[in-house]
Amino acid sequence: MSSNALTIPGTQIQARPWVDQLHQWLTTVDHKRLGILYILSALLFLAIGGVEALIIRIQLMHSHNNFVSPEVFNRMFTMHGTTMIFFVAMPILFGFANYLVPLMIGARDMAFPRLNAFSFWLSFMGGLLLYFSFLGGSGLYGAGNAPDVGWWAYAPLGSRAFSPGHSSDYWTLALLVSGLGSIGTAINIIATVLCMRCPGMKLSRMPLLAWLNLVMAGMVLIAITPLSAAQIMLLIDRYLGGHFFDTQAGGSAVLWMHFFWIFGHPEVYILVIPAFAFLSEIIPVFSRKPIFGYPVMVAATVAIGLVSTSVWAHHMFSIGMNSYANSFFAITTMAVGIPTGIKIFNWIGTMWGGKIRLKVPMLFCIGFLFQFLIAGLTGIMQAAVPFDWQLTLSYFVVAHFHYVIVGGILFAIFGAFYYWYPKMTGRMLSESLGKWHFWFFLIGFHLTFDVMHIPGLLGMPRRIYTYEPGRGWDTLNLIITIGAFIQAIAILVFVANLIISYFRGAEAGNDPWDAWTLEWSTSSPPPPYNFATVPTVASRRPLWDLKHPEDPDSHYE
Amino acid sequence: MAGLIIAESAIFTIFVVAYLFYLGKSITGPTPSEVLETPIFYTICLLSSSLTIHLAAKFLERGIGFAFLGFWVLTVGLGGLFLYGTAQEWHRLIYKHGLTISTNLFGTTYYSLVGLHAFHVTAGLIMLVIVAVFAFSGRVGVSQSGRVAVLSMYWHFVDAVWVVVFTVVYVLGR
Repeated sequence: MSSNALTIPGTQIQARPWVDQLHQWLTTVDHKRLGILYILSALLFLAIGGVEALIIRIQLMHSHNNFVSPEVFNRMFTMHGTTMIFFVAMPILFGFANYLVPLMIGARDMAFPRLNAFSFWLSFMGGLLLYFSFLGGSGLYGAGNAPDVGWWAYAPLGSRAFSPGHSSDYWTLALLVSGLGSIGTAINIIATVLCMRCPGMKLSRMPLLAWLNLVMAGMVLIAITPLSAAQIMLLIDRYLGGHFFDTQAGGSAVLWMHFFWIFGHPEVYILVIPAFAFLSEIIPVFSRKPIFGYPVMVAATVAIGLVSTSVWAHHMFSIGMNSYANSFFAITTMAVGIPTGIKIFNWIGTMWGGKIRLKVPMLFCIGFLFQFLIAGLTGIMQAAVPFDWQLTLSYFVVAHFHYVIVGGILFAIFGAFYYWYPKMTGRMLSESLGKWHFWFFLIGFHLTFDVMHIPGLLGMPRRIYTYEPGRGWDTLNLIITIGAFIQAIAILVFVANLIISYFRGAEAGNDPWDAWTLEWSTSSPPPPYNFATVPTVASRRPLWDLKHPEDPDSHYE
Repeated sequence: MAGLIIAESAIFTIFVVAYLFYLGKSITGPTPSEVLETPIFYTICLLSSSLTIHLAAKFLERGIGFAFLGFWVLTVGLGGLFLYGTAQEWHRLIYKHGLTISTNLFGTTYYSLVGLHAFHVTAGLIMLVIVAVFAFSGRVGVSQSGRVAVLSMYWHFVDAVWVVVFTVVYVLGR
């Protein structure tokens, strides 16, 4: 008895730190912890969305496959799209923004720490709500479970008659909730960047990452909200008997398309601009040169932000708009290529003549440059209306936007992981595992998405659950599926690297990459207050000034 | 708050666009020109509440607590009066004209647009009342004038939206 009584305090002491730590993580308002929470939740959903993608690919591996039923297939592509956009890509980018923006501008936290925590939990709960539909989607009706209306939920598919049960309601509410979270984060980023910069950090000296995230946050404010408004209308239709998208009462299915794509296209730029931001930080450091054309980069980003709000209807060429609308949206779409091209040239200009260090972050960035260029070119192809009429809703389009999102955005995100992981954990990610990850992913990516263009050109429509043999699609689809599995292996290597390096990685020190922005001036991981004394900045590369007092940047700017 | 206002403006824009898009597209009646009456009195109430909240915030900045409280309560009163006006109008439309949100497209778009605005007025009123309660217990001083100014900005926004809604629904829409 007495020995038991004595051991109890001991176990309590051991248990307490764990519970305390969990409690601290759950109640944290620290921008760094919230950033990591964002990233971890996104990785969780990445795994789920990835499994859904693999299910889709196994089903399409050969003709007349019966791996899943058509209903399940519909659910899989709906959930895959929704998850990857709203609960992987956005949270992961918000996570990096949360973590890095205050550090880079020399602030101790975001402008509204509690709003920050609130926004994170809103988006995370949105994701849980979406996945709860697997359990609760049937409701009392016993029809459907996960949403199966495609990630656009085009009217009238989203209406009660065609989507009974609650699956679409879970979809609507999940996006509404996570949308509110995104708006909160966007407001936070804007307020932080505009009001919390350290002394000397003029807007013209701010790191490009902060600038680009500022533009991104501004776009969130005007792009996510139309989606929220449209979701409210859909809820009114579904629950209050409204007629917004009810064509039988004079409503318009096309209006839903407009509202969805007014959100949908800027959303692509909301995702890609933070990816640009990663490149703009990583490429200079690994080329040992300051970024080429800083003011032009900022101007190009703002231009992309503005133009991209008026291109949405290029998703809708095939619904029969008049030729004026078609021409307008074709021209604006092609116009986006100009500032984007400026950016690509500036990154190449940064690398030109630099002492390039081919570490893993840089490898991913170079991969991005090539793949994003091709993605942009197929995008310009589809901006040509007659060409789009031929290929819209085919696998060519699927290949195009995966080229943007995987080949572009995801590559940049991986680069960011390898670049900032030492700052977040204090340990380096393994370089050799990183190279395995890079090459596996590169090969898998190109097998899948290069080849995917061809069945699209041959006329294979998207969203079909199976196809007839003898159309020349079988071999191609098999190759695509093999590529998908190689990508999955690469992701496993990546996750293994994250875990192994956390425990066994080399100590990183404050500044493992010999970089120039403020986050590298504090310890790794940074203390809760970030900077012991708030830094003062005199140029765009404050750490260069510190390391080279004999030749500071501030002399030239 | 400026960020929130931009976001809110985008939401309202979408609803206004939907309203304009569906004007005259209703298959069955009643139509706007048959049933809507211009609520001039209540509009004056809401718009003048913008002035009173502005004065209240100014008085708080200068530390004249009594005048602040007076104008603040007046603002709450005017806002409440406006909501009463909306309630009256909806009551008349529902019970006299039989127009509900599911009657026709006009009903759907009208109730959601005006309802969205009324929802914002309600949210604003709740915040105003909270401040009023704190003020009565003597806890709102000069140091809070920044926060009160933010709230007053929101209220101006709600008023400005009403100018748009009023123009669209009662002037252009009939």
